[in-house]
Amino acid sequence: TVPLKTVASGYKVDEPLTPREDVTTYNNFYEFGADKADPSRHSQDFKPRPWTITVDGLVAKPQTFDVDKLIAELPVEERVYRMRCVEAWSMVIPWNGFPLKSLLDRVEPLGSAKFVAFETVVRPEEMPGQSGLFQPMPWPYVEGLRLDEAQHPLAILAVGLYGETLPNQNGAPIRLVVPWKYGFKGIKSIVRISLVETQPPNSWNSLQGSEYGFYANVNPEVDHPRWSQATERRIGESGFFGSGRRPTLMFNGYADEVASLYAGMDLRANY
Amino acid sequence: MAASRSALLDNLAGWGIYVVGFIPAVSSFWLGATGGLGADPVRAFEQTLGLWALRFLILTLAITPLRQLAGINLLRFRRALGLLAFWYAAMHFTVYLTLDRGLIWSTIIPDIVRRPFITLGFAALVLLVPLAVTSNRLSIRRLGKNWRRLHRLVYIAVSLAAIHYLLATKVLDPTQAIHIGLVVLLLGYRLVRGVVRRPERRAA
Repeated sequence: TVPLKTVASGYKVDEPLTPREDVTTYNNFYEFGADKADPSRHSQDFKPRPWTITVDGLVAKPQTFDVDKLIAELPVEERVYRMRCVEAWSMVIPWNGFPLKSLLDRVEPLGSAKFVAFETVVRPEEMPGQSGLFQPMPWPYVEGLRLDEAQHPLAILAVGLYGETLPNQNGAPIRLVVPWKYGFKGIKSIVRISLVETQPPNSWNSLQGSEYGFYANVNPEVDHPRWSQATERRIGESGFFGSGRRPTLMFNGYADEVASLYAGMDLRANY
Repeated sequence: MAASRSALLDNLAGWGIYVVGFIPAVSSFWLGATGGLGADPVRAFEQTLGLWALRFLILTLAITPLRQLAGINLLRFRRALGLLAFWYAAMHFTVYLTLDRGLIWSTIIPDIVRRPFITLGFAALVLLVPLAVTSNRLSIRRLGKNWRRLHRLVYIAVSLAAIHYLLATKVLDPTQAIHIGLVVLLLGYRLVRGVVRRPERRAA
């Protein structure tokens, strides 16, 4: 990782940051293995540079962007966000990135575009979880957002954390961060973003639809079938003794900003 | 004289198994308390205890086929192995209640009651309690034939534990596949043997 030139932003959670060591060694990134420690251990062969990201579909100006050029052109902000995993643990992470909207604006979405589909790279030779036995899901990993969610100012494409470019295990060189949704929506190592008319598939939903929805909004009142989502354990907060367990907040604490996106929707049915 | 000496040796061997058997718990606790279990030490410790509970159940169930198929008699260790399984399950549950869930009963009790994943694990532990309580010589003598019947509960307990383990993760991983495979194998052995043996039972 190399240092990034960043600018401050108003988006800052006033809670202690999760230590960088924890943020970079406790990861769900099944392309590198299913264990939390696998991504940091098995991602050293991954080559995140040079990297291009194609934005196409229902847009006036489909384009392929070089990630380092985007980083040079767009102001990279610091965004300190809560990150709530569907497995009921959480972190506070200082991301560096830019609003997803600023990339979408460059390709000029057409009126018919209603959703945004994302796709992770497939490189079995560099990503050991994508080859061999026990592959948990079909590749590529895919995710999706409604267009208005994607254009929300909180939704960013992160290119770094803690002021440096993203480590491989965190989704280098560019990943999605949607802080009011469960972590699995934050698709990593993105190669393609397509604007589409109908709701695109997302990997975890395709794998186990009763447990993982399309929306995946953090919601303490809608439980995972196997565990409660009412509370969460903050990683790195109090170590071994004193669990650091705290109540989970509606929309992960971002209700003021995003609740209006879902006005009138049944959040139990659209989990 | 010879008999009592071998009984003494068996006793010592039993205690030896305990001492060795608790090493994973003690070392994992030590690592957790000193920052050696990574970013989520509570989860790591909790999972280690649960996994070893299942491992000791598997070892307990392996004693009989080892004797019948390979002629290796480790029967004298079975009680210690079974009790270790119970203690690990109890520690696993204790860590779940305390370090993990912070004794917040308002969320713990609904989880135990309503969520099959938690319910099954809890049920497995509950089933192990009468087995642990009746693992002494006095109970074996007093219960007679019923002791063997009672201790068949271990088959249900290990099945529940295996399903609980299967439900603990989002996708199947190799460690899970190996352990659950062993449980299926050991239970399958009993089923097959039961079917094969039944016709010639009169002799015994």
